[in-house]
Amino acid sequence: MDQSANKEHWDIEISAKSSLLDLKLKDTWHYRDLLFLLVRRDFVAFYKQTILGPLWFFIQPIVTILIYNLVFSNLAGIKTPGVPAPLFYLAGTILWNYFSDCLTKTSTVFKDNAPMLGKVYFPRLIMPLSIVLSNLVRFAVQFILFIALIGIYYAKGIVLIPTGIILLFPLLVILIAALGLGFGMIISAVTTKYRDLAFVVTFAVPLLMYTTTVIYPLSTAITRYPKYSWIIKYNPVTPIIETFRYGFFGSGDFSWGLLGYSCAVTAVILFLGIVIFNKVERTFVDTV
Amino acid sequence: MTKVIKAEGLSKAYQLGDFGTGTVSRDLERFWARMRGKEDPFLKIGETNDRTVKSDSDVVWSIKDMNFEIEQGDAVGIIGRNGAGKSTLLKVLSRVTSPTTGSVKIKGRIASLLEVGTGFHPELTGRENIFLNGAILGMRKSEIKRKFDEIVAFAGVERYIDTPVKRYSSGMYVRLAFAVAAHLESEILIVDEVLAVGDAEFQKKCLGKMGDISKGEGRTVLFVSHNMGAVNSLCTSGIYLKNGMIEKRGDIVSVIQHYNSVNQTLSAAAGSASSKPQITQVIIDADEIIKGNLKCTVFFNSPFVIESPNVGVVIKTAFGTPVFGTNFKLHALNHTNTPVQNGQATLFVPDLPLHYGTYLLSAFLGDDQKDFDLKIDYLTFDFFPKNKLLHQYNIEDIGAVQVNADWSLVADHS
Repeated sequence: MDQSANKEHWDIEISAKSSLLDLKLKDTWHYRDLLFLLVRRDFVAFYKQTILGPLWFFIQPIVTILIYNLVFSNLAGIKTPGVPAPLFYLAGTILWNYFSDCLTKTSTVFKDNAPMLGKVYFPRLIMPLSIVLSNLVRFAVQFILFIALIGIYYAKGIVLIPTGIILLFPLLVILIAALGLGFGMIISAVTTKYRDLAFVVTFAVPLLMYTTTVIYPLSTAITRYPKYSWIIKYNPVTPIIETFRYGFFGSGDFSWGLLGYSCAVTAVILFLGIVIFNKVERTFVDTV
Repeated sequence: MTKVIKAEGLSKAYQLGDFGTGTVSRDLERFWARMRGKEDPFLKIGETNDRTVKSDSDVVWSIKDMNFEIEQGDAVGIIGRNGAGKSTLLKVLSRVTSPTTGSVKIKGRIASLLEVGTGFHPELTGRENIFLNGAILGMRKSEIKRKFDEIVAFAGVERYIDTPVKRYSSGMYVRLAFAVAAHLESEILIVDEVLAVGDAEFQKKCLGKMGDISKGEGRTVLFVSHNMGAVNSLCTSGIYLKNGMIEKRGDIVSVIQHYNSVNQTLSAAAGSASSKPQITQVIIDADEIIKGNLKCTVFFNSPFVIESPNVGVVIKTAFGTPVFGTNFKLHALNHTNTPVQNGQATLFVPDLPLHYGTYLLSAFLGDDQKDFDLKIDYLTFDFFPKNKLLHQYNIEDIGAVQVNADWSLVADHS
């Protein structure tokens, strides 16, 4: 009888060590309803008790591009060849916002949700995934604004001709989300015990925007600073923004090589992020 | 009976102190040791977790080398003092954190209630929170939908269901939260002292629901509480933890008895050698109070013979309200005429008509003139009435005294 007991089937095995690549995807799938409820919670809680409601999703990017237009286009005189400046900025801003929101929110996921994560088990991967999806909703709303702005310029007679690269749009969204998620998970894992890096994130992420082509075209950067432009060129976010602009406006510095480079960096970062996250999520409750 | 939980060599270490600049070098050292495949130099096996004793090591074994098995349908009470490792054990079992060494194997779905209302969002309505909280606890959306009406009815908050929960009274909030958890469909349920919330009526409802879960539905329940009455009425077996180790495992009555004998001041000794008569020790019999009887012995010493001794005992509730008192003079069997110098007086009250709760005992030694020694609120003990049904009532709600009452019921026919 004891022998049969040895071969018993157990549903869950909790042990000290586990494989780094065991992502518990089956478990995560079982909790998919939770994922969508969390996304819904974020969305609904965002505009509860406001008069303008979801309109706030539009106001932030509109004000941002107005200011960019004033400062960079009018004051600093940075040209945006072939594209009206507000549209140029909006394209960069909505992509960058999506990236930086994914990154900053994911990087504090353990700290922000410690009370909940410390009391109940569910696959931890659900939390960062819900962040990416919640921000995707925001991104989608802002993308509508972007399309509307294209329409307004079209009505004014400024016609922008898209290229076939526009078909890469879904890939670009996945890339930018995965990149933000990957970096965020790495930082979240590193900051559970020592929070130093969290301070770096708060000031470095807004500054990093200037090393991407959100507010200037890549060509301008290359001609003005030929020595340092590689920093901008090899920032994995830059090719994504450039490809996006090339797809929708038909102007910009698009190259398959750089996009491929971006894909490779994203894949590595995401993989690293998941592995590190997976290792830390098991005991972060003790140190966060 | 099939085993549903099997723990082998389960241990969990925590690092004490604050983390900061000073702890980095140690982390690097540990990391380096692990990389070379060596044992972690900071996890010194062999230290016990006694929070009152200072130690050089800043690593503490919150639970250590636990081995146990739990069978299907068991309702297991886990008891122990603060810091004995109860909550850590539950955290490991509910997969909130990983053990440092050892393993647990579990059969079936497991749901843990370490807190009610985990993940409740104040801005969302009751309805939205039921779904969110249910999903956090592992329920599928369809499952929650099916049970939605039942949950709302159990919580009794129909009228507020579309109001944000931040507008709820704290009681309503807790009722709603518990209602969701109570409708979980898992084979194993882990509950950590969440019943210490809500009003008395709701607490009883929760206890009743938990009883149904373990007795009626055949599910396995692990229950941590300091309320021995609740543990005794709900659980069939118990685990007593001390300093992170299992000190006793067995049927619930014997485990509670052990807990009482170890953890309550059922006996207290005072100093001896004094110029006046003195109470040296008072002992309450742990085996008797769990059976509903009170047996206590007062030991005393005196430098001279007390001509007409009088020994008394007063029982108060935990809030300090006296319930009853007795001494030699008050009862027919009078020992006041027996001179004594050193000795012991034993009081026995069979079937003490009190309700379940925590009581204080004071002892007095004197003669017919005056008191020599007073030991006020000397001992604290939990009393368990013989009738187990009474364990779920609290002296705060129905008072301390149990009366032998008869009810009659006559229906009116019109």
